[in-house]
Amino acid sequence: MVLFAARHPGMIEIRAEETVLTTGTPPSPAAKRRAFTVDWSRIVLNVALPVLGVIFALLLGAVMLLILKANPLAAYVSLVNGAVGTTFGLTQTLVKATPLLLVGLGICIAFRANVINIGGEGQIIAGALMSTWFPLFFHTLPGWLLIPSTMIAGFLAGAFWGFIPGILKARLNVNEILSTIMLNAIALQLMNLLLQGPLMDPAGVAAHTFLAQSAQLPHQVWLPRLVPRTLLHAGAIVAVLLAAVVYLFLWRTTIGYDIRAVGLNPDAARYSGINVPTFQALSLTLAGGFAGLAGVVEVIGVQHRLLEGLTSGYGFTGIVAALLGSLHPLGLIPASILFGGLLVGADTMQRAVQVPSSLIDAILGLVVLFVSGSALWSRRWASRRRAGEQMDTEEAA
Amino acid sequence: MKSVFSVAVISGILNTMMGLAAPFLYAALGETITQTSGVVNLGVDGIMLLSAFAAFYAALTTGSLWIGLLAAALVGLAMGLLMSFVSVTLKAEQGVSGIGLYMFGLGMSSLLFKVLIGTVKTVQGFPPVRIPVVADIPIIGSMLFNNSIPVYGAFLLVPLVWWMLEKTTFGLKIKSVGQNPAAADSLGISVDRIRYISVCLGAVLAGIAGASLSISLLNLFQDNLTAGQGFIAVALVYFGGWNPIGVLGGALLFSVVNSFQLWVQVLGVKIPASVAVMLPYILTIAALTVTANRMRQPAALNRPFERGES
Amino acid sequence: MKGKRFLVAGILIVLLAMGAFAAPFRVAVVMPSAISDMAFSQSMWNALIAIQKEMGGATALELKYSENMYKVPDAAAAVRDYASQGFDVVIAHGSQYGSSVQEIAKDFPEVTFAWGTDVNTFGLPNVYAYTAAAEQGGYVNGVLAAKLTKSKTVGVTGPVEVGDAKTYIDGFVQGVQSVNPNITISKTWTGSFSDVALMAAAAKTHIANGADILTGSSQSVVGSIGAAKDNGKVLWFGTQANQASLAPKLVVASQVYDWTAMLKNIIADHKKGTLGGVTYTLTLDNGGLKIAYNPAFRIPASVKAAGDAAVKGIAKGTITVNP
Repeated sequence: MVLFAARHPGMIEIRAEETVLTTGTPPSPAAKRRAFTVDWSRIVLNVALPVLGVIFALLLGAVMLLILKANPLAAYVSLVNGAVGTTFGLTQTLVKATPLLLVGLGICIAFRANVINIGGEGQIIAGALMSTWFPLFFHTLPGWLLIPSTMIAGFLAGAFWGFIPGILKARLNVNEILSTIMLNAIALQLMNLLLQGPLMDPAGVAAHTFLAQSAQLPHQVWLPRLVPRTLLHAGAIVAVLLAAVVYLFLWRTTIGYDIRAVGLNPDAARYSGINVPTFQALSLTLAGGFAGLAGVVEVIGVQHRLLEGLTSGYGFTGIVAALLGSLHPLGLIPASILFGGLLVGADTMQRAVQVPSSLIDAILGLVVLFVSGSALWSRRWASRRRAGEQMDTEEAA
Repeated sequence: MKSVFSVAVISGILNTMMGLAAPFLYAALGETITQTSGVVNLGVDGIMLLSAFAAFYAALTTGSLWIGLLAAALVGLAMGLLMSFVSVTLKAEQGVSGIGLYMFGLGMSSLLFKVLIGTVKTVQGFPPVRIPVVADIPIIGSMLFNNSIPVYGAFLLVPLVWWMLEKTTFGLKIKSVGQNPAAADSLGISVDRIRYISVCLGAVLAGIAGASLSISLLNLFQDNLTAGQGFIAVALVYFGGWNPIGVLGGALLFSVVNSFQLWVQVLGVKIPASVAVMLPYILTIAALTVTANRMRQPAALNRPFERGES
Repeated sequence: MKGKRFLVAGILIVLLAMGAFAAPFRVAVVMPSAISDMAFSQSMWNALIAIQKEMGGATALELKYSENMYKVPDAAAAVRDYASQGFDVVIAHGSQYGSSVQEIAKDFPEVTFAWGTDVNTFGLPNVYAYTAAAEQGGYVNGVLAAKLTKSKTVGVTGPVEVGDAKTYIDGFVQGVQSVNPNITISKTWTGSFSDVALMAAAAKTHIANGADILTGSSQSVVGSIGAAKDNGKVLWFGTQANQASLAPKLVVASQVYDWTAMLKNIIADHKKGTLGGVTYTLTLDNGGLKIAYNPAFRIPASVKAAGDAAVKGIAKGTITVNP
């Protein structure tokens, strides 16, 4: 039963596993056959429905634009144009997609273990702080050594900030929503404390401007730019590679399998000997690490120093991107690009028709609302398929 | 330098605490009802913002604070219906739909503020109402009996919500829907209807929380007036263990430490300001580590209900 | 026929020439907060609007803005977008935009970039830097406050101890102490530029501690002003923009950032072909900083005289304020 799946983690697609974990019986040959084919209908639904949700939200937005005496057609044309119509816009889309992808990967891992991680903002800050201090301290190291070690250090810092709520939940039953919300605020004040003191740019102190930023990081730690005269940096490639790594981790390793088992059916997982709290804590730690990495690439890839306001809300928008990607690491790649494009295009739209930026925020909120609502139908479809497979199983037995 | 432990200072800390706690109480008590029915609403901050604006604008244009309160409640209701529709009927992933609601409320409140008002203005909000005789009791008197009506309301709401959840059949229905919706459904309780009502009740209370900020405590509206207080309120629900009394304890703890750290700064105690600001958050986590073991969350929390699905 | 064609061509040429002369001067500004924040961003927008009026309206000066650009990569995209749309001057009104300006300015050598508050033009010929010596107005406010306080206790509600919030408050403290070193000055920092509720609570705490004068910085001080209003007797000193409208009976004076002289210089220089390379500092001396007294508040003549003396002293250099 579950042991069968555990001994052959690489061979069975998740749907078949869901059958095993929810019904306790092994998949029938018919189900296993289905497991190896790509379920195009489900992929199409997973893509089409969110897109419908986006369109519906944009229609409501068009109404609001009309009320504000702006031309919705011109506005949305400039949105698309801003996101993908120019070289710079396209690179900006990818620049935004990178931290969304990284945070989203962490959210993916956490959600798969049924843990909600809203501590992204604090974890990003932890990674950003570490990736500021580390290269400033080890400034004599050559770039080929400094860049990877900074990224690892930043990942570990973020992981630590995810470990705290993880261990509190596992050992002391402290709800992770509370602890992560509190830790977000604590991380922010920690950053303030350091930026006002030891990390403040000495040049700013000398010039009596006292700006809330760190010294510029040594040049050898700057992530190389992929396209000249844009902000697109090598972190984008790292993020995509990591998406593949997370996919392999979740679907091709026993630890990854255990994490997913905990999320799908914690009782069954417990009966098969998996320590549920430990794996939930592990998933939170990993999620924190990826969010921390998002902070790292923003610091060494985009800004080349630590600035206040660096998180840009990615701790929350990363959650949205993860949902758009159906909580699948590979699905996250197009989802974060789509969402990043939406964010970039929205700013271009604001400039083109000179509407208040808050209108853009409101429209984005509607997009998130309707996209999250559109998932119903793919879930109904999935549960009908599952019921069908169960019937197959019962017939075969 | 005055001692932190003088009577005047302690009295001052407690007085400030009351005003700080009131918005948290409204929003957290509302979210307690919502979560007891099994729905997580992370959009509380957005509801607070849009309702705060509605209350302020209504009070500014009509001159009546009570119409402002009504406007806030109505806006809260509308947001609650939207959240219910997306999360209960469409069965969306509640954490995400809540964030969408937050973004919408944040954007919409700023947009309407810019378009309808434009610059920061103030109103004459609910004044403090001093209850004679009892207000003269040292320390406790000025803390409890010299507040504005919305602040009194927040504290009176605690036993009310407790009574509703613990002692009425309606409260029993809410709890059953949150614990075991399939069983409730089989007993003839409409899970969706109960959840709709709970989410809307919570949203109305979040709306009142917003109004308490814009027409009672701060008497103005500005972009992002709440600065994330709605999220703290949601966190306090977990702190309180889905029990209104626990939520009261959490709101008071958080607010008293916040008030305390301000006094510490004012009195010139040599502690970095950033550390002082961190204190309420650290102490809230610390307090929960001591009390969390006894808590049970509603079993069906954050799981949309579909008849036929277990 | 030929004559008619010449006539048409002639009219077209005249119209084109008129069009060229009538083409407006184009300025775009990117700001980290709302243009109505009663503080930093609003000060720049007010100056731009004033200049637009002076120059003859939108046909003479075209203005475009992007507000609430607190996410730096978004601001960078906005700055680049405006530059590529052919704006003559692009103002990056936020100290966090520095590295963005440094990169973008190189790609648009014919566009003037102005950024602040900082003092670094990166050695680029088309970048202006600007800053405000906020500590100077802080000093003057401090002198006035010290003369007006009856309880000899003054409260400062600050956001985060960085940038011109820090320099303003440091100046204020020096101003108070120059009049009477025994006045108690208490300071709070809320750790946020936008938390109005906490700022209001901080102000109430100062008031409960006996402060009868308050000051502070950032857009969240509207909370402090509200608390002063609730009390009814506590006086307020503002900075960055004129805050008198928020509490007409209680605001004594505000240090106003007046960017108009600087902006006029930049526009005039651009027309002459100079695109940057200068650092502007608003001071009391050059009129970039002004103390705007609230006419609705009756300030005793001796107090005002002390304020004026402080202004003169700082402008002449006889009084030095250390940020």
